[in-house]
Order: sequence, then C-alpha cells, then structure tokens
Amino acid sequence: MQLTDKHREYWRRNLLITLVLMAIWFVVTFVVGYAARDLSFSFFGWPFSFWMGAQGALIVYVALIWYYARTMNRLDREYGVNEEEEQ
Amino acid sequence: MSAGTTQRAFTAQLKKVYTWYTGGFVLFVVALAILEKAGMPRAWIGYVFLLATVLLYAGIGVMSRTSDASEYYVAGRRVPAVFNGMATGADWMSAASFIGMAGTLYLQGYSGLAFIMGWTGGYVLVALFLAPYLRKFGQFTIPDFLGARYGGNTARFVGVLIAILCSFVYVVAQIYGVGLITARLTGLSFEVGVFVGLAGILVCSFLGGMRAVTWTQVAQYIILIIAYMIPVVWLSMKHTNIPLPQLVYGSVLEKVSAREDQLLKDPKELEVRKLFADRAAAAEAKLKALPGSFDSGKAEVQKALDDAKSSNAGPEQVVAAQKAVDTYPRDAAAAKTAWTKEAALKGRAAPPLKHGEAFPAANEKARDVARKNFLALIFCLMVGTAALPHILMRYYTTPSVKEARNSVFWSLFFIFLLCFTAPALAVLVKFDIYTMLVGSEFAKLPAWVNSWSKVDPSLLSIADVNKDGIVQLAEIAIGGDIVVLATPEIAGLPYVISGLVAAGGLAAALSTADGLLLTIANALSHDVYYKMINPNASTATRVGVSKALLLVVALAAAYVASLKTADILFLVSAAFSLAAAGFFPALVLGIFWKRATSLAAVLGMIAGVSVTFYYMATTQVWMRGLFGVTSPIADNIWWDIQPISAGVFGVPLGFLVIILVSLVTPAPKPEVQELVEHVRYPNLRPGAA
Repeated sequence: MQLTDKHREYWRRNLLITLVLMAIWFVVTFVVGYAARDLSFSFFGWPFSFWMGAQGALIVYVALIWYYARTMNRLDREYGVNEEEEQ
Repeated sequence: MSAGTTQRAFTAQLKKVYTWYTGGFVLFVVALAILEKAGMPRAWIGYVFLLATVLLYAGIGVMSRTSDASEYYVAGRRVPAVFNGMATGADWMSAASFIGMAGTLYLQGYSGLAFIMGWTGGYVLVALFLAPYLRKFGQFTIPDFLGARYGGNTARFVGVLIAILCSFVYVVAQIYGVGLITARLTGLSFEVGVFVGLAGILVCSFLGGMRAVTWTQVAQYIILIIAYMIPVVWLSMKHTNIPLPQLVYGSVLEKVSAREDQLLKDPKELEVRKLFADRAAAAEAKLKALPGSFDSGKAEVQKALDDAKSSNAGPEQVVAAQKAVDTYPRDAAAAKTAWTKEAALKGRAAPPLKHGEAFPAANEKARDVARKNFLALIFCLMVGTAALPHILMRYYTTPSVKEARNSVFWSLFFIFLLCFTAPALAVLVKFDIYTMLVGSEFAKLPAWVNSWSKVDPSLLSIADVNKDGIVQLAEIAIGGDIVVLATPEIAGLPYVISGLVAAGGLAAALSTADGLLLTIANALSHDVYYKMINPNASTATRVGVSKALLLVVALAAAYVASLKTADILFLVSAAFSLAAAGFFPALVLGIFWKRATSLAAVLGMIAGVSVTFYYMATTQVWMRGLFGVTSPIADNIWWDIQPISAGVFGVPLGFLVIILVSLVTPAPKPEVQELVEHVRYPNLRPGAA
C-alpha cells in the first residue's frame, strides 16, 4: 500500500531513536572498554572500569531495551500503526 | 475482545501454575535436605535430582504434545512477554554460561568480563534491529525470512546451511555438558549420561515441539536461577555478612587486590614460582637438544642408579634412582611429549593475575593486543547473540510486536540476573581461596579440597612443591569449572545444594539443547522439505517429518559428543562468530535497506561465513589439525586477533559485500519492497494518517 507522510515520519523517528540508543550502547561498551586502563579509579571498592564491565554496562543495556520498548509502543499508538488491542 | 480476554486469562493461569511449581520445587529441595540430615546417602540425592528433573521435563513434554503446525513451530504465538523472556533466558544460558562463566572470570579477571558484556549487550541489537520486525513478519524460521525477503530458495538454502552449521556445533557442546553433569551427579558413565539426558530432551521436543520446549524452558529457568543464587548468597553471608553479593563484593575485591600485592612479593611464592620456572627451562633445553638429549638423559639416570647401588647409599636413594629409570620416557617421541608438558609449567611460574586490572601485560604493545582482542571478542559475542537462530526464533512466539519488544526486555532481565551475579561469585571464591586456603597447612586442608582433587585433578590439584608444609598460591592448579561446582561446599552448605547446582547446570544445558535441536529440525523439515521439496505436504506430514528429523539430529549430535574429540569450548565460541558473520548483515540490511538485493545477500552470507571459517581454520590449533594446515600460525594472524573472534572480519565483510553488490544489481521487485514496509510497521492500516 501507499505510505503516507505520517508513516514516513514514524519510520524516521524510529531510526532516530535506534541511532541514539546505539550510540549509548557503543559508548558504554567500546569507548569505556577502550579507555579501561585510564578509568580504573576506585568506585565503591571496584576499579571503575571493572564495575562498568560487570554491572554498569549491563544496567545500561537493560535500561536501553526498556526505554525502546516503552517509547516504540507509545509511538505506534501516536502514529496509528499499533496493533489491535489484545490485552 | 474475546481474544484479549482469553490471552489475559491464559497469562493469569500461567502465573498461577508457575508460582505453585516454584513453591513445589523449593519444598522438594527442603524435603531432600531433611532426608540428607536423616542419613540418605549422597548418591541417592544425585539420582533423585536427576530422575525428578528429567521426569518433570518429560511430563511437561507429554502434557504439551501437539501436531498442530502453529503450536509445534511457534507455540501457537501466544506466549506472554514475561514467560517468553524466561524461556529465552533458559534457551540462551547454556552449560557454558551456567558453569563456565564464573570460572572464566576467576581465571581471567577483567578480561573475562568480555563474556558478561557480550552475552548481555547483544540483546540491545536483538531489541533494536531484529525482534519486533521478525515478529511482524511472523513466519516460522529464520531462513523463512531470508527466503521471503531475498526472493527465492537460494537465500533460504544458504540460511539453512548456516543455521545448521552453527546450531549443530552448539548442540554438540550442550550434549557434552549434559553427559559431564549427569556423570558427576550420579556417578554413571559419561556415555550413559549423554543418553539419559538425550531422552529428557527428546521426549520434550519430540512430542510438543516449540510449545513443549517453551513451557519446559520456563520451568528450567526457575530451577537454574534458584540453583545459581543460593550458594552465592550463602558465600556472601560467610565473608561479608550481607546476603546481597552483587552490591557488596566491591569491598571483597579490594581485599583480594591487597592480597594479590602481598602474594606477588611473598618470598615463599617466589620460591615456588622459581622452582616451576627452573623445571620448565630444563625441559625446554632438553627439548631443543633432541634427539641427543634423550640418550644422554637416559645414560644419566642409569648412571645415577648404578652409583647409588655401588656406593652403599641408603635404600631410599636406590629406590628413588630406580624410579627415575623406570619413569624415563621409552623413546624420543615419548620424551618429547613428556618434556613439552613439563615445559608448559612455565605458565605456573607466572605471577598471579591482578583480578581488577584491565589488560595486564608486560609492556604497552602487549596491553594493546589484549585490549584489541577484548573488544573484538565483545563484538563477536554481541553480534552472534543477535544472530543465533534458536534465540531469534523465540520472538516468533509472542502474541504481538508490542509483546515481542517487551519480551526482549524480560529476556535480558532474566539473563542479567545471572550475568550480574557471576563476577561476584568469582571474586568471593577467589577471596576464599586466597585467604583461607593459601597459607594453610597441607596436613589440614579443607574437606572440599580433598574431595575435589580426588574427583578430577584437572579441576583442582595441589602439591607441596617447595616442601614447606604450607599451601602457596602457586602450588594450586585450578580449572575454571570448579568455581560454580564447588561453591556449595566452600560455603559450607549441605550436599543437597551441590545436587541442586548440578541440576541447575543440567537444566541450562538441556534447555539450550532443546532450542537448538528444534532449530535444526525445523530448518530441515520446514525450509528444506516443505518449502523447497514438497510444498503440498499436509500439516501432519510436515510435523511428522520434523519429529523424525529431530530424532536423527539428536542421535547424530549425541554420537559426535560421545567421541569427545573436539575442543568443545572453542566450538561454542565458533558458533557465535559464524552466526554473526552469516546472518546479521543479511537480516539487518533486509529490514533497514530496501535496496538490498537477493544476489547480494547470498554472496554476503557466503563471504562472511567463509572468511570467518577460513580464519579459524588457519589460526586455531584444533581446526588447523583438522584441515592439515601447516604454515606457521603467525603468518596467518591478522592484526593479532585471536581465532575465537574471527567474526570481526566476517561481519564487516558481509555488510560490505551486500552493499556493494546491491548497488550494481537491479533493485528488488515492488513486492519485496512492500514486504519490507510491512515488517517495519506493526500495523499498516490503509488511510491511518
């Protein structure tokens, strides 16, 4: 079927959200990992980079997915592309 | 409306069933603990755990039996997000993550965190790039998507081959794990263990397909998470008096680091390490001088014996000299093996690793290499996680796109619980060993040390190398798996908890094996048989074919596992790199880039997998042997990357090939472009604007 401008805008916003979340994912994983030796100051007993690898990054991942699910489920409704309500 | 109410009632019903189930399981463990107190022998506890859990899984399989295609392949698409999350967690967590992860962290310190980050961060990719779109597509397998998106059977067939390659490699490792755990739990032989475990897997997936596997995996998740948590919490109570190990082990890590600094300089430790270094150096010198050193060495021990006999030495000296002659290698080849082993003691001469330090190494260059490999491994594990078909398949089973998104959140949440805890466990066990075991007397070793070094010397062996009667850290050789397996005993818990941990490991291995076997059988029956060979097959025939194939694949995997030849740990990581390079570029570009063409995808998948496979075949010891590669490893290594991370070459190449070839081939047909639009929107209503 023919996509409307609204549909295109939905997809653009989805891409933007995806891009921003991926940037955060990249920073906590690879930037922090790359600079691990310089980030080894003590953080509640852990060296900071160790804590990030063992807990910090994981918490961020869970938060990213939670945020994405919530935002996209709202966006679906806002743009009228949500599924018939089932629950 | 009626669909909504049924789904809600179904979810409520599930919650009730699994709450009762969890309570029942806890009662079962408590009852066993009481029986243990009353004098039930340990072997019986092992048998009861094995029998009860395998029967439970089989029971769920029997109750969920089905021959309806939608039920068999995708559990009727009505698995609520939370339960699909638990099932994915169990599907995902294999014997390697349940038993091996904490051990790897114990042995490698910071570097081991690559597994923790890689195995969780991959779900961000699943959530953002794949799960919702695959759910909207809504077919049965991953090759289904490739076939529809890249129009035709070539893409589908390449997808089937890659799915089988990585899943089979992975399932062999799981069945191997099942055999090991069963053997340890019950004392049965490894082979018997493999087949008992196999029976458990088969009854479940054979009768009920995805439906049975889903509900079993939820049950298995509950067992494995309880089994993982109890010993860690207990150990945390022992060392910190706080039952939240994840929050407080920072302070324990500080103490471990302080202890490491002490041990680095301790004169007794230095003495033991020097003894190892000397022995290794002597062996190396002899290795270099082969074959001459074999004869001269033989003459030497013979002469020592003659001297001892002729010079009225004490009888002990003669016995010792005689023993040296008797144990001397038979021929030059045997000498080479023995001395190579001895030369490897160099590893034990190395100073202890600093647990919290990132990329410890002698110089800047070595640190750079370590960092590069650390990041490369994370990359491969993450992309691999987002490409393994048995995981992606699970998101077909939710009722809607919305639920698929929520379900990725729950999946990661349930996996997070274990990944969050493993580093804490590693540090706590390290603290225990560094402070309680090191420095104790050989005459008074803790009971768990004696029992485990007897069970399996490769897990724990300990010898008074410098004969001072005190345990030095350098005198302990430890295998990673013991960290999880022995924790209940280290923490002073009754044997029933050890049985529980083994049952947890068994649940982890069985659940993953279930998912993998189903993936392979479905790829063959649905994609090859139904879609390519006999499109007119009735539902019953398709499901029947799938069941028959399941049996064949399971037996083949069990047979390969029972050979015990392959380097199992390597195979598991290879599966990630292969899946990453094969599927990820084609799947993601298929959704996000309408211009990606059929030919490009096929070439991209083949190129990605081939380069990954080639790199492993030329740089990994076991694979080199398999393919008879003789050129020096150093010549084949690219940018110092280890073979375990071969996917870092395959994934970018896959993307590159798909993009370049797409640009020079004609754009896909309008139907394909419409399919892409279809998967991008959860619900495309005409006129909704």
